Amino acid sequence: MDVVEPIPASGPPHTQRSTMTSASSMTEPWSVLDPAGGLRQDSRVPTGAEALDLGAAYRAMVLARRVDTEAIALQRQGELGLWPSMLGQEGAQVGAGFALRKRDVVFPTYREHAVAWCLGVDPVHLLGLFRGTTLGGWDPRERNFNLYTLVIGAQTLHAVGYAMGIVRDGDVGTGDPGRDRAVLVFLGDGALSEGETNEAFVWAAAQNLPVVFFCQNNQWAISAPFSVQSRVPAADRASGFGFPGVRVDGNDVVACHAATHEALAHARAGGGPTFIEAVTYRRNPHTTSDDDLRYRSDSENDDWASRDPLDRLRAHLTGAGSSTETDDAFLTELEQEEQRLAERLRSGCRTLPVPTPATPFLHTLATMPAGLERQMTEHLAFVAAGEGEHR
Amino acid sequence: MSTALAHALNAGLRDAMKADDKVVLIGQDIGQLGGVFRVTDGLRKEFGEDRVITSPLGEAGIVGSAIGLAMAGYRPVCEIQFDGFVFPAMNQIVTQLAKYRHRSEGAVSLPVVVRIPVGGGIGAIEHHSESPEAYFAHTPGLRVLCPSDSQDAYDLLRQAVRCDDPVIFLEPKRSYWAKGGVDRSGGAADIESARIVRPGGDLTLVTYGALVPVAMKAAGILAEEGRSVEVIDLRSLSPIDDATVVASVRRTGRLVIAHEAARTGGIAGELTARVQTQAFYELEAPVLRVTGYDTPYPPSRLEEDWLPNVDRVLDACDLSLTH
Ligand SMILES: Cc1ncc(C[n+]2csc(CCOP(=O)(O)OP(=O)(O)O)c2C)c(N)n1
Ligand SMILES: [Mg+2]
Repeated sequence: MDVVEPIPASGPPHTQRSTMTSASSMTEPWSVLDPAGGLRQDSRVPTGAEALDLGAAYRAMVLARRVDTEAIALQRQGELGLWPSMLGQEGAQVGAGFALRKRDVVFPTYREHAVAWCLGVDPVHLLGLFRGTTLGGWDPRERNFNLYTLVIGAQTLHAVGYAMGIVRDGDVGTGDPGRDRAVLVFLGDGALSEGETNEAFVWAAAQNLPVVFFCQNNQWAISAPFSVQSRVPAADRASGFGFPGVRVDGNDVVACHAATHEALAHARAGGGPTFIEAVTYRRNPHTTSDDDLRYRSDSENDDWASRDPLDRLRAHLTGAGSSTETDDAFLTELEQEEQRLAERLRSGCRTLPVPTPATPFLHTLATMPAGLERQMTEHLAFVAAGEGEHR
Repeated sequence: MSTALAHALNAGLRDAMKADDKVVLIGQDIGQLGGVFRVTDGLRKEFGEDRVITSPLGEAGIVGSAIGLAMAGYRPVCEIQFDGFVFPAMNQIVTQLAKYRHRSEGAVSLPVVVRIPVGGGIGAIEHHSESPEAYFAHTPGLRVLCPSDSQDAYDLLRQAVRCDDPVIFLEPKRSYWAKGGVDRSGGAADIESARIVRPGGDLTLVTYGALVPVAMKAAGILAEEGRSVEVIDLRSLSPIDDATVVASVRRTGRLVIAHEAARTGGIAGELTARVQTQAFYELEAPVLRVTGYDTPYPPSRLEEDWLPNVDRVLDACDLSLTH
């Protein structure tokens, strides 16, 4: 894949970061790790303590993919109603996920299974929404990972509001790494057309908010190709709103990490929002209910499969000249870990607690109104009577 | 010949497009995919991209641009992918679509149809099982229709497209694959009146959409027990044909109303008020409602008991009949 020669960096940090922006957009997305595993030196890739741990990133991608594969199998077996696969998007998600710091906050769509993994959300808990046992599944405050959002674009405004809170708390631009925080919000290419998303861009820009918009342009919004949403690369839109847009190879975990790392640092420092377009591909149907052969070809899919983010990093890790220690023991251990994870998912899914008939009535309001309590009593009596025989 | 409700809708759209070349369809994934429920299957091929428009992913855009198309002389039929995703379009529907005729003192009509698959019972994840009809019925300037079988799906859709008012067209998604006969000769059915789908003399049972078959089943069971239930399918939720319901209640003295939507502020409450106003002295028992509860739609593992079903309808009928 062609790589654009970086424009020589000079001047203060914000000029430097704008080079990443200008090296993007209309050209090939910015990339450092090529499909054969070659890792190009680039001054914009963080080093030292800030560098991406390639072994850990690979491990996360492999295990998150296993979560995805198992969930698809569980759906086929009737254990889940539906599953939105993220196959092919692991590089983008793990790159972004590893750039987060503990105090940062994430607003996901419904496909960020690998980001959830990076933050330590129990993958079994991801299944409940799709099994029909819960409308949520985890406590968003525990890992600063909010609930999945099915309503396209809605979460972008929540991210903006949260970032407004951070500003009001004075937790931005203090220079204290224990204090400064930012918001990372995920969205798809389809979400770019929602009014709410565009409102979020306006608000974030006008108030210079500490929010990073991470758009996985996986080329499809169900059956609608990217061209239905936009005539220009997604990253180009950002400048119209007044903040930088970065176009990065979404199957290159190193580049995705670098771009997100920089954007989050910029946001935490009070530099305002960044839009990241991670160019990738949704290799599976939209969800397990979709029939993608109605609207796209196998050959397109094969082409993207040849740029698989896992294969790419693995080629680097196992290739000559790799700086990371990745021996056979690492890979064997990882395989075993995968097996254990798969088993835990299968049993964990089947034993997810089935909600009781009272569940829908709880937490509707902070205290249950008398009228609703009567409805609950009526309902519980109905269920307890165990009718269902129609006499 | 038996036709699935979804296929009847497809036929209705096809015939409407053939009859009037100003009819255009606009919605997410409705082109090559044929919509997620395949209601527009094959129409892109037959009528081309200009008339079957795969929209960008924005509901406000779908309804807002349909308003503009209507102003330009077209008759757009919008598809909202799921009930839970109509809300980004709510501003366009409530503040623009519903009011324009009135604001222009009748000069401009907006013949826009907004099709929305509604209701639960399909094991879906959240936002895919909602019953938002009351929001629309509460908005003056809109017609709200909800067919319950294949014939009515075809007829009402043809009428909706011909109608010069904005129509919110609610499609009971769990009935999409239920089959019934379809006569495509005219779409003669009128757009406003309720329909007595089973005559009876002891109790009036009113519902619409996916609960019509449920009500019919309950009526069948009660018939075996010697109770004669009159089942009425409202079809139009705004305006509501209360005359048909009131006339029935005058004969039976008892009324049970069922809908999937939450109870408070629902269609049943409105109908109850109208009936008690017009038939106060004929009522033999309090009007009873069998509805969804005032809670968010539950996770799918609970929906079977949460939704009004035959047993809950029977319980309400028993209560009314023994009052
Ligand atoms: C407001 C709204 N409208 C419609 C839908 C139905 N829908 C679910 S996913 C989807 C496509 C989303 O595409 P994109 O934003 O690119 O995300 P991806 O699925 O590719 O991750 C649509 C139309 C929805 N969930 N929310
Ligand atoms: Mg997409």
